[in-house]
Amino acid sequence: MDFSFMRDTFLQLITGVPLTLNLAFTSVAFGAVLAMLLALMRISRIRILDIIARAYVFVFRGTPLLVQIFLIYYGLGQFRPTLQEWGLWSFFREPYWCAILALTLNTAAYASEIFRGGLQAVPHQQVEAARACGMSGFLLFRRIVFPIAVRQALPAYGSEIILMVKATSLASIITMMEVTGLAAKLISQTFRAVEIFVVAGAIYLILNFVITRIIMAIEWWLSPHLRRPPSIEPKLEAAHV
Amino acid sequence: MKFLKTVSLVLLGSALAMGGAMAQEKTVKIATEGAYAPWNFTGAGGKLEGFEIDLANDLCARMKVKCEIVAQDWDGIIPALNAKKYDAIMAGMSITDERKKVIDFAGPYANSPNGFLVPKDSPLAKMPGTGSAYNLGTQQADAEKAIEALKPVLKGKTIGVQGSTIHSNFADKYLKGTAEIREYKSTEAHDLDLAAGRIDAVLADATAIIGTLEKPEFKDYSLVGPSITGGLLGAGVGVGLRQGDTELKKSFNDAIQAAIKDGTVQKLSVKWFKIDTTPRS
Repeated sequence: MDFSFMRDTFLQLITGVPLTLNLAFTSVAFGAVLAMLLALMRISRIRILDIIARAYVFVFRGTPLLVQIFLIYYGLGQFRPTLQEWGLWSFFREPYWCAILALTLNTAAYASEIFRGGLQAVPHQQVEAARACGMSGFLLFRRIVFPIAVRQALPAYGSEIILMVKATSLASIITMMEVTGLAAKLISQTFRAVEIFVVAGAIYLILNFVITRIIMAIEWWLSPHLRRPPSIEPKLEAAHV
Repeated sequence: MKFLKTVSLVLLGSALAMGGAMAQEKTVKIATEGAYAPWNFTGAGGKLEGFEIDLANDLCARMKVKCEIVAQDWDGIIPALNAKKYDAIMAGMSITDERKKVIDFAGPYANSPNGFLVPKDSPLAKMPGTGSAYNLGTQQADAEKAIEALKPVLKGKTIGVQGSTIHSNFADKYLKGTAEIREYKSTEAHDLDLAAGRIDAVLADATAIIGTLEKPEFKDYSLVGPSITGGLLGAGVGVGLRQGDTELKKSFNDAIQAAIKDGTVQKLSVKWFKIDTTPRS
């Protein structure tokens, strides 16, 4: 292990972190919206919407992300005239947007199941209590169902975000120079695969460490009812007076 | 105990027998990429084919060894050689100073120039210097002048190269800042993106471009630009070997010399590339 080499490697790989985080968070943000929509379709009790959402989840959860990226980037690239006609080519021309699209579609499938689990685990009593108070429709969803569901889904959704940070490494196959892409380039210049991958792995570890802490903080913030109440102790000084 | 003894004796016996068999017929494991037509590629039947597969079989027959050819991703091809996953690389790998620091080379067994692959109807099709040849090693000033002449045409364009190659090194050194350089895992990948119109040109080995041009979907494309060799573009394509593997290096070198002398290299080169890439010493 050559530590000065590893420090140089670290400094070079760190330049890929903005792109890695950009890909992860943009796709998680779009993915969350799509996932919520899919989860609502699943529990809508409208048969056609349920079937569409089920089919979507089946396809995107059942095929490798690598294959999805290839199909969206190289596969759709072969239908350029059609895409140009529809005015979509400027979107599919860019590897960045293709990566975002693939990651978004993929995470939406996983996250929709997590959200559905959270929504369905909302206790019936709470919903009934809310109805007894006169809430219904969107107000019920916004005030009661959604906040409870989010708390229940958060631990599982946190690991989905971490999986997405790691999944961005696949974007290097469509010329995106994020951390893994830069690592591969450095290896080709120096042929020192072990040191470079150790550093790249450490960078992902640091990123995910920070993300887990943030998710833990949100969990803590959202669940005051699970925290021990602050203990009220008598002031000892007062006794001595 | 007796059972254990018998087992260990049988094991020892078979190990000795295997050792004996190995001594009689040495096996050399050769790695290739399998995605660099017409040098080496995976054919319709899933078998490895190409110039280097034919040449490897010929060289092995000359060296009187048994050869096993395996496919390995380009990215990890040198680290895996040093990790002893195989003994030699024949994957269109140019002999460069950078690579010489970590591995050794036998050969060269081929020397081919680079070029640009562009659509015929693109303004790049009239690239200056097409048809002329320069050597970056011996005529550096002239070659760099020819590269300077390319810059105005390439300004703002997107060029695809295969990562970790002499072409990506060349693009990084001479074209970065002029054009956007995108790095691909294989030449097949940048060809696909050129056909899709995501990039304006591909910078690659002329032989690989000639291979691509044979495909019907590339009939409206052409090979342009000055043909440049030498310097950081390397001293031809050789067999990559572990440093210190002098015996294997010598037998490869002898076999390559013999194959060049009797015209085998030229025959195979014309068969696969349509041009003669025999290195001239």
